[in-house]
Amino acid sequence: MKEIQITSGRMNPGIDPVLHAWGWEIPLYLFIGGLVAGILFFSALFYLRNEGEKYKAAVKIAPLFAPPLLAIGLFALFLDLSHKLYFWRLYTTIRLESPMSWGAWTLMLVFPLSVLWALPFLRELYPGFLKNCKLANLLTEWAQKFAKPIAWAFIFLSIILGMYTGILLSAFNARPFWNTSILGPLFLVSGFSTGTAFIILLSKDHHERQLFSKIDMGLIATEIFLIIHMFMGFLASTQVHEDAAKLFLGGPYTAIFWTFVFTLGLVVPLIVELMEWRGRKIPIAIPALLVLMGGIILRFIVVDAGQSSRWLYRFMK
Amino acid sequence: MNSKMKRREFIKIAGAGTGAMVVAPKLYAEFGKKDEELLESGSAERTPTYCEICFWKCAGWVYKKDGKPWKIVGNEDDPNSRGRFCPRGTGGIGAYTDPDRLKKPLLRVEKNGKQVFKEVSWDEALNFIADKLRDIAQKHGPECVALFSHGSGGSYFKNLLAAFGTKNVAAPSYAQCRGPREEAYLLTFGDGVGSPERTDIVNSKCLVLLGSHIGENMHNGQVQEFSQAVANGATVITVDPRFSTAASKSKYWLPIKPGTDLALLLAWIHVIIYEELYDKDYVKKYTIGFEQLKQAVKHNTPEWAYPITTIKPHIIRQTAREMAMHAPATIVHPGRHVTWYGDDTQRVRAGAILNALLGSWGRRGGFYFPAKAHVPKPPIPKYPKPRRDWRKAFPDQFPLANLALSSGICDATIPSAERNCSFKAWIVYGTNLIQTLPQPQKTLEAIQNLELLVAIDILPAEITGWADVVLPECTYLERYDDLRISPGRVASVALRAPAFKPKYDSKPAYWIARELAKRLGLEKYFPYEKIEDYLDYRLKAIGSSLEEMKKIGVKLIENPEHRFYLEEGEDYEFGTPSGKIELYSTTLADYGFDPIPRYTHHEEPPDGYYRLLYGRAPMHSFGRTINNPNLSQLMKENEVWINRKVAEQWGIKNGEYIVLENQDGIRSRPIKAKVTERIRHDAVFMVHGFGHSDKRLHRAYHRGADDQKLISRVKLDPIMGGTGMRVNFVTFRKEEA
Amino acid sequence: MPRYAMAIDTKRCVGCADCVVACQTENNVPLGYCRDWIVQEMTGSFPDLFLEIRSERCNHCEDAPCVRTCPTGASHIAEGGIVLVTHEECIGCKACISSCPYDARYVHPEGYVDKCTFCIHRVREGENPACVSVCPTHAMIFGDLEDENSEISIALRTRKHKALIPEAGTKPHVYYLL
Repeated sequence: MKEIQITSGRMNPGIDPVLHAWGWEIPLYLFIGGLVAGILFFSALFYLRNEGEKYKAAVKIAPLFAPPLLAIGLFALFLDLSHKLYFWRLYTTIRLESPMSWGAWTLMLVFPLSVLWALPFLRELYPGFLKNCKLANLLTEWAQKFAKPIAWAFIFLSIILGMYTGILLSAFNARPFWNTSILGPLFLVSGFSTGTAFIILLSKDHHERQLFSKIDMGLIATEIFLIIHMFMGFLASTQVHEDAAKLFLGGPYTAIFWTFVFTLGLVVPLIVELMEWRGRKIPIAIPALLVLMGGIILRFIVVDAGQSSRWLYRFMK
Repeated sequence: MNSKMKRREFIKIAGAGTGAMVVAPKLYAEFGKKDEELLESGSAERTPTYCEICFWKCAGWVYKKDGKPWKIVGNEDDPNSRGRFCPRGTGGIGAYTDPDRLKKPLLRVEKNGKQVFKEVSWDEALNFIADKLRDIAQKHGPECVALFSHGSGGSYFKNLLAAFGTKNVAAPSYAQCRGPREEAYLLTFGDGVGSPERTDIVNSKCLVLLGSHIGENMHNGQVQEFSQAVANGATVITVDPRFSTAASKSKYWLPIKPGTDLALLLAWIHVIIYEELYDKDYVKKYTIGFEQLKQAVKHNTPEWAYPITTIKPHIIRQTAREMAMHAPATIVHPGRHVTWYGDDTQRVRAGAILNALLGSWGRRGGFYFPAKAHVPKPPIPKYPKPRRDWRKAFPDQFPLANLALSSGICDATIPSAERNCSFKAWIVYGTNLIQTLPQPQKTLEAIQNLELLVAIDILPAEITGWADVVLPECTYLERYDDLRISPGRVASVALRAPAFKPKYDSKPAYWIARELAKRLGLEKYFPYEKIEDYLDYRLKAIGSSLEEMKKIGVKLIENPEHRFYLEEGEDYEFGTPSGKIELYSTTLADYGFDPIPRYTHHEEPPDGYYRLLYGRAPMHSFGRTINNPNLSQLMKENEVWINRKVAEQWGIKNGEYIVLENQDGIRSRPIKAKVTERIRHDAVFMVHGFGHSDKRLHRAYHRGADDQKLISRVKLDPIMGGTGMRVNFVTFRKEEA
Repeated sequence: MPRYAMAIDTKRCVGCADCVVACQTENNVPLGYCRDWIVQEMTGSFPDLFLEIRSERCNHCEDAPCVRTCPTGASHIAEGGIVLVTHEECIGCKACISSCPYDARYVHPEGYVDKCTFCIHRVREGENPACVSVCPTHAMIFGDLEDENSEISIALRTRKHKALIPEAGTKPHVYYLL
């Protein structure tokens, strides 16, 4: 029989009985990061394949949303900081061992690049937009000139951005539930999947929607595979990891995860998309919305569950 | 303001005219947080003091930074603390900063048919008290005024009341705590155990603890010596139904059935006598009554004790032999709070007898003779002689009580046909009688019969809710007090000087007592207006001065001629009637009590009930620290320890809140259950001092449960009137929580 | 180059929480927050029981994950291996809080992240940390591991000891003498 009790001290707010360092801001930011990664990746990819006209929504329209989404994400990050006045310190140094640091710098790169990337498309859509602004014209010119290098940059940067949202969490080895290398690829794939879902929602072209539906199917299947392997890995690992996995296998997160994320967010969209591929007519918005919902709930649950898992004094005073 | 009050009501919140709500100061915002600022710690200022949070009165320094309270640290020269304070002393800063402190004198008045407290000036409050006291003295006699006191300021009120004409002064620490042990050791060795205890723990090789939970009771010097002894490899034998901290550091833990300790002690005495393990020379030279003792314990074999105590016979023999092996450096610890079952003087005396057989009294590693110091006081006129004292209320009872019984005075406040007078006024200094005296229902009944109840306190403890006048004293950090003169390994004198000015409208007890004395025409008993001059007089008499003491804090009074131990073969006269250690007590025999302790069976809990045991926690001093901002966060509430198997039977889960109900149907507040292996199946345990019902104590209000409320039954010790409190049984009520 | 470490003698520690209060007053830790705490760990079944009492805090790990994941470098290793947080460089992202397997850090009400500092301001003056200085049972030892004659070096050489969850891989420097 073992009885462990913290008899005095601790119970620090936000630390005990369960860690609550991050609320909604971080999961929202992670979701946006993944979504934007997906958007920019596909935009760049199909641009480089010169299929910009063929897949208008993917290449031209979706990236328009990237800068505002990133702005929201960055604002959410800023809101999360508890020492806000000093946020600028983040950009006075780069610390290669801290995923948060190079994530901050990556975002520093991606954000202006996404604005540059979006400008020509914006001009296409709204020719009169900021016509008289010298800077806007200059930047649009640049963007058009360097479109190809930017696109290549995006291929790499979006993969980094997508992966980093997962690696960020897995770098915190003190939270057993996040302590798996699968989290990086999982969030990358999930991010791309939400990107395709977003594109599907935006697209008016049947052909485009079909293509991205197929891409999404592949991504969802990969996601399912990764999730299953993540749990297998936990159950075969140490006691703390087993306990972390048990949060989802009989613990408090069981119902919400397997229903909303796994079933409604992954399996159902996969089946629907399969059915559509086979010719059944179902409004395409359904799987797309489900995927987006699943994506955001996944991140909320993962961030919360990670904070519920710990090495010492689990669920204890 | 002399309106006759109807039945007294408990005033929960300060009523009319209490001023704006006090907002708790944001302490952390007052200090710089950067590491660099903390680096300049050398520029702080410090004042000497001695702690008031428990009776150990450790001397230390109060540090201030920029005039703001910083920390309290021990005085290196102090033999009581050896430079290190316990958590309560360290947290003493919280006593000063506690925003719930009493702020102004309060007077009970009636407003719109309700009884409320009105904030009044000191003049008004003190005049009221003086008038009432004079009134009572005239109608009933000054002896009908009693003082309950606990703390450094009590001596001034004792002086005041003695001058007024009454010697009825009671400290609850006697009949509710250590009274039986003082009498037991007085009867056996001719000298009490004393405070601090004269146990030579640091040199001891074997320490036997009966219920003493050293480490959870944080008597600073004693815990320090205990941990040193443990580190030196001393054998510790702990007899406790609960696996206490001390038990966890023991070689032997004897989970004894509660109520049967005397049987175990007699069995040990039996083994040590019949296996001839006692110190023959010592017993021959210094004791009388050995043959009677040997005869009396003939049948108290370990086999006899086994079914009674549930301690196996071979363990009883093994532990007895271990004690004898290390004798005379063996201490059978007398304990401190020993008012358990009503036969406590006899039980502690059995321990004393065991010590005598092992030859540890006056020997190294056993009990030393403490060095004492005498510091002269300025002369005052003789006190008038009272015509009667509290003893008259209990003729032929408690003949060997050397100090007044708090419970006795309480009882004698309730009018009864057998008595022609009862107490009419109580002055309560620094003790929350509602949680201190057992059978609180009796305390409340007594209070209803008082014509005057004055409560002098620092916090709005429950007793203040029943008072006619509440006087706010400032904390020990804001006042001078009389010198602390401690006996011990070296006698010492410690100074308490104020580190801060009294907060709000609070005043030191010396001033309060003197002001009352002035109004009663007894000023000449307080010759010095300023206590500093009084202190300076006393200090100059021993070759020091107030100035010097302010700089050093503690002065050691060395006496190179003092001998701590008996010399080999020395002739020594003990303070007993026979001059020898009385294994057979002639005094007890004279009064018709058992001259040698005899085991009697104590009532056991009925089915479904468990004996209520209580104790301490190291970060609290009973009720007085629960509201302390620094200490309350270390332990916010108490828990009731329940045996794991018992909890399973009842379906009680760890951390669940349940209600306890005792044999008289009295219910406790909901209390958290600690389901543990660390306690026997026939008892439950909780820390005393929680469950406050006064809303003005914001951090303590309704946290945990009050065990005293459940102690509605006591067994009186016929020898000295101690109230045995561990005779209540509780059951669990899950649905009520 | 000193390498500071702390050792707590579990035989002497009674779990009185003096270290908790002393740390609070010395370092002006806001009420409701603690930099150190007491853990009681009991094993066995009645009546064969064993109790270990520990005073725990930040372990000032050699391979500190909190330092590694800090994006601004506010969490850094100072002299003697003491892990500190520079208040003006901390942005309050709480990466370090998630990185600590001992959950030793907390967000200070003023916004930055705070934890035990081994009372570096006292150590620089040649004194022990507040908790070590106050411990009434003398259960705590603090010193330089590089000095083989220091009390702590001798204690670790002569007594059985352990650290908490060494498998977390952080190389903690708070030891428990058994």
